[in-house]
Amino acid sequence: MSAPNSGRVGTIRHSRDDAGQPVSRRTVIEPEEIRRLVAQVYDPEIPVLTIDDLGILRDVSVDGETVSVTITPTYSGCPALDTIATDIKRVLHEAGIRRPQVRTVLAPAWTTDWMSDDGKRKLIDFGIAPPGPAVNRRSAVPGPVPLALSLRCPQCGSPRTRELSRFGSTACKSLWVCDECWEPFDHFKAL
Amino acid sequence: MVRGSSDVGGASEPVASEPVAPEPGATADARLVATYALRLGDDALISAQRMGEWIAASPQLEEDVALGNIALDLLGQARTLLSYAGAADGAGRTEDDLAYQRDERDFVNVQLCELPNRDFGFTMARLLVFATYQCELYDRLAGSADETLAAIAAKAVKEVRYHRDHATQWLLRLGDGTDESHARAQAGLDRLWPYVPELFASDELTDQVDRAGIGIDPAALRPGFDAYVEATIAQATLDIPQTRVRHTGGRSGIHTEHLGYILAEMQYLARAHPGAHW
Repeated sequence: MSAPNSGRVGTIRHSRDDAGQPVSRRTVIEPEEIRRLVAQVYDPEIPVLTIDDLGILRDVSVDGETVSVTITPTYSGCPALDTIATDIKRVLHEAGIRRPQVRTVLAPAWTTDWMSDDGKRKLIDFGIAPPGPAVNRRSAVPGPVPLALSLRCPQCGSPRTRELSRFGSTACKSLWVCDECWEPFDHFKAL
Repeated sequence: MVRGSSDVGGASEPVASEPVAPEPGATADARLVATYALRLGDDALISAQRMGEWIAASPQLEEDVALGNIALDLLGQARTLLSYAGAADGAGRTEDDLAYQRDERDFVNVQLCELPNRDFGFTMARLLVFATYQCELYDRLAGSADETLAAIAAKAVKEVRYHRDHATQWLLRLGDGTDESHARAQAGLDRLWPYVPELFASDELTDQVDRAGIGIDPAALRPGFDAYVEATIAQATLDIPQTRVRHTGGRSGIHTEHLGYILAEMQYLARAHPGAHW
């Protein structure tokens, strides 16, 4: 996440005065404020995480009157990306920025290691076990599989859990169940 | 791919189907990249379409979800690869033009991808083979001199490792399971095997992209593939099929009869309502 360029953006805010007449007011918005607005856009699939928590917001650049936001997909086929781009444009429009641009980049590839600690805490509160550190598993002959520490149930905290399916309700999650409280739960897979 | 993103699927003019011959305006390297990306994209697209057929038809609910997710990963890879192929060859075609407006002879996927699912044992055998091939391919392609292909591969390799793990787990369960599951997993491998060599067949195009550092000579992927797949098959108490039959032709547009049926279903909406999107 690079810092926004310096320079403020002039925006036009449309509202109505006390008599109900439309008024347009030219205001100035600081780059920090623009960044803050974009960072608060939520992931539509995991509505407790912002795109900043998730680590998919890569850059917000302000150049003169142009605001350009760069995001990266979690998985190649992530269907939420179109919605996220639309949501970013909407909050910027509402802030009075004309024609904001949203760009998608693939490199460097997103990893769950970019998820913020705050984001991981929010996941647990939401009932999703957060990802552990991503291991770069190279192609190799099948052999001993490194065992991860068992996941703690986000409901009761028990480590007595097991994987039901490698793939959960979205591409980024797997499905688990707790043998202590019997609650099924999603796990955000390390990638 | 018919959907409402602002930059995909919004073509208002129907585009006539035409063979994917590189445009004269594109540079030689750009044409190479376009054709190479189209091959990889078609493999992913047709595989995604086949995998998606399991949704609501899998042996268990979790598997509907798993195979749906795998199909979605493959579709995502296909979208970026076809978008890139369309942009690189200079003809200005979108991913949708390439997916929906080409006929069988214009598709350059390997025949392995288009074979009907029929049995779950066959699907898992094919997923093991295809995902292992993709792991080997994307792992190396991540170092491509072409930045876009490198970026697509670096992202996709993480996804296909999960696909390969999934297929491995299933093949171990099926092969080392009951007599019935063992027989069906073996039958799946037997039916599949004549289509495996095509994945690793080099030709003039792969020689050129390999020399240019853009792409990978598929023959170089075979040792890594063999090591993983043979070990998995052995662990699953299954046998590597012994056959000298090999079917090829997909890379030059020669397909099994099955591809036409896939395209008929996949392209129906886009052809019946040109330019449709939501």
